Amino acid sequence: MSTLRAWRGPVLMIVGLLSAWQALYWITGDIALRSPADTIRHSWALFQRPAMWPHIRETATAFSAAIVIAVTLGMSVGLTLGFSRLAGQVFEPMLVALYSVPKVTLYPILLLMFGLGISAKIAFGALHGFIPIALFTINAVRNVRPILIKTGRVLNYDTSDLVWRILIPAALPEIFSGIRIGLALTMIGTVLGEMFASQRGLGYLLMNAIGLHDVDLIMSITFVLIVFAAVVSSILLAIDRRLHRRV
Amino acid sequence: MTNVHVSLKNVTKQFQREGSGGVVHALGPLDLELRSGEFFAVVGPSGCGKSSLLEVIAGLSPPTQGEVLFEGKSIGGRVPDGIGVVFQEDASFPWLTVADNIVLGLRKIPISNEERQARVDRAIAMMGLKEFTNAYPAQLSGGMRQRVCIARTLVMAPRLILLDEPFGALDQQTRLLMGEEVLKLWRQTGATIFLITHALDEAAMLADRIGVMSARPGRLMDVIETGWPRERDSRVVESPAFGEITARLWKSLRAESIKAIGKADAAS
Ligand SMILES: Nc1ncnc2c1ncn2[C@@H]1O[C@H](COP(=O)(O)OP(=O)(O)O)[C@@H](O)[C@H]1O
Ligand SMILES: [Mg+2]
Repeated sequence: MSTLRAWRGPVLMIVGLLSAWQALYWITGDIALRSPADTIRHSWALFQRPAMWPHIRETATAFSAAIVIAVTLGMSVGLTLGFSRLAGQVFEPMLVALYSVPKVTLYPILLLMFGLGISAKIAFGALHGFIPIALFTINAVRNVRPILIKTGRVLNYDTSDLVWRILIPAALPEIFSGIRIGLALTMIGTVLGEMFASQRGLGYLLMNAIGLHDVDLIMSITFVLIVFAAVVSSILLAIDRRLHRRV
Repeated sequence: MTNVHVSLKNVTKQFQREGSGGVVHALGPLDLELRSGEFFAVVGPSGCGKSSLLEVIAGLSPPTQGEVLFEGKSIGGRVPDGIGVVFQEDASFPWLTVADNIVLGLRKIPISNEERQARVDRAIAMMGLKEFTNAYPAQLSGGMRQRVCIARTLVMAPRLILLDEPFGALDQQTRLLMGEEVLKLWRQTGATIFLITHALDEAAMLADRIGVMSARPGRLMDVIETGWPRERDSRVVESPAFGEITARLWKSLRAESIKAIGKADAAS
């Protein structure tokens, strides 16, 4: 019963989106769009082609590396700045400023630093993701109730216990929200990075397809990326809700 | 002569006021001796330094002046083994089940797994938490969560238990019953209990001795012996002595409470 109700929202949303897409297709026609059915069929065919796999692997590798870096770096920076008042006061505004800069403007610098290969994409993806993770972590650490730390001292916890057994678990629901947002941004960053100065990956294929006005390819790649992002986001959102329910 | 368990000599506590550089004189100078195994309650107007006193005794915050001895040894920068603390605020860890919260108290104590389990089971039974062993704090009422915190303290088998308004957030009836539970565990464990409360009747009903504190900076104005037998419960409220004790407490506190309110008015 309750599982049925939990699924109703997402199912309605998917049906709604597909209908809107179909309606839009009827209005604009084949020049700009493909129908949902066509796109799904084409995506399926696309991924049967062996030539596709190196591109998928490239994007997947870059994205995985970027997200690992974004989470590790974001959490370390966030914990440090959240813990130390002074460091927080100095560096947090810088992070916020960096967050609001369109990151594309930094891409040429990253390309110079990392070259034209996969490293630049990874760096660009991580750059997008690590800032929200750091900002959320700073906030999460600051919002940990002091009584929990005090309790840790009564239990004779040393500093590493305080961090690993109290601070991080207490802050985890909030940190996880940051990771959820960071993950989406990391994906955007990685694909964006592939769209410029790259010879491989889904972003590169997408850019190529735009150049050739290959509507089938544009639609298929976009569709696959959206489906991937939606699935990962839903899983993370479900975990996120579970974590927050306990607080 | 009875054993002195905790002794405070000429203790004061001052806080650095944020930014402005001024100091808040929160406590003392104050002398106090807790006897081994006694139930000592502290009452005083809010903001008079009761929590500061508790944190000094616990070793959570060093006194600005003076000396605190626990079992004859000076309290350093950490909470000594043998002291358990229950705070007013809910201090249960929301990410752990009731059982896991309670077993935390034993993490730093070298005992066998069987002994560990036995102590946890005993504390759970004592605090009436059996049905909630695997529940998370969010699923419990405020009173139940406070029981979890008390159980977590109990498993450490502390010789001195410090309680900072542990029932402050509970309704009157629950508080009376929790008071009886504390009396019971005091008798069963033989520990010394130091209880801060803002409820005069609670102090009068539970304690062997009651310390009355002045408005900030808190000093001990009076120490009242209740003379209750060790076997007692909330029914002592029916005895004439109970009325006399609360009357005497209120007489000492009335003027101080007015002072404290006046200060709050002036500050705001
Ligand atoms: N960490 C602190 N920094 C500055 N002032 C404090 C601090 N802790 C307590 N105080 C001040 O010391 C006084 C006594 O506080 P407290 O011991 O909490 O009183 P009580 O528990 O009796 O209500 C209050 O005026 C409070 O504002
Ligand atoms: Mg207090």
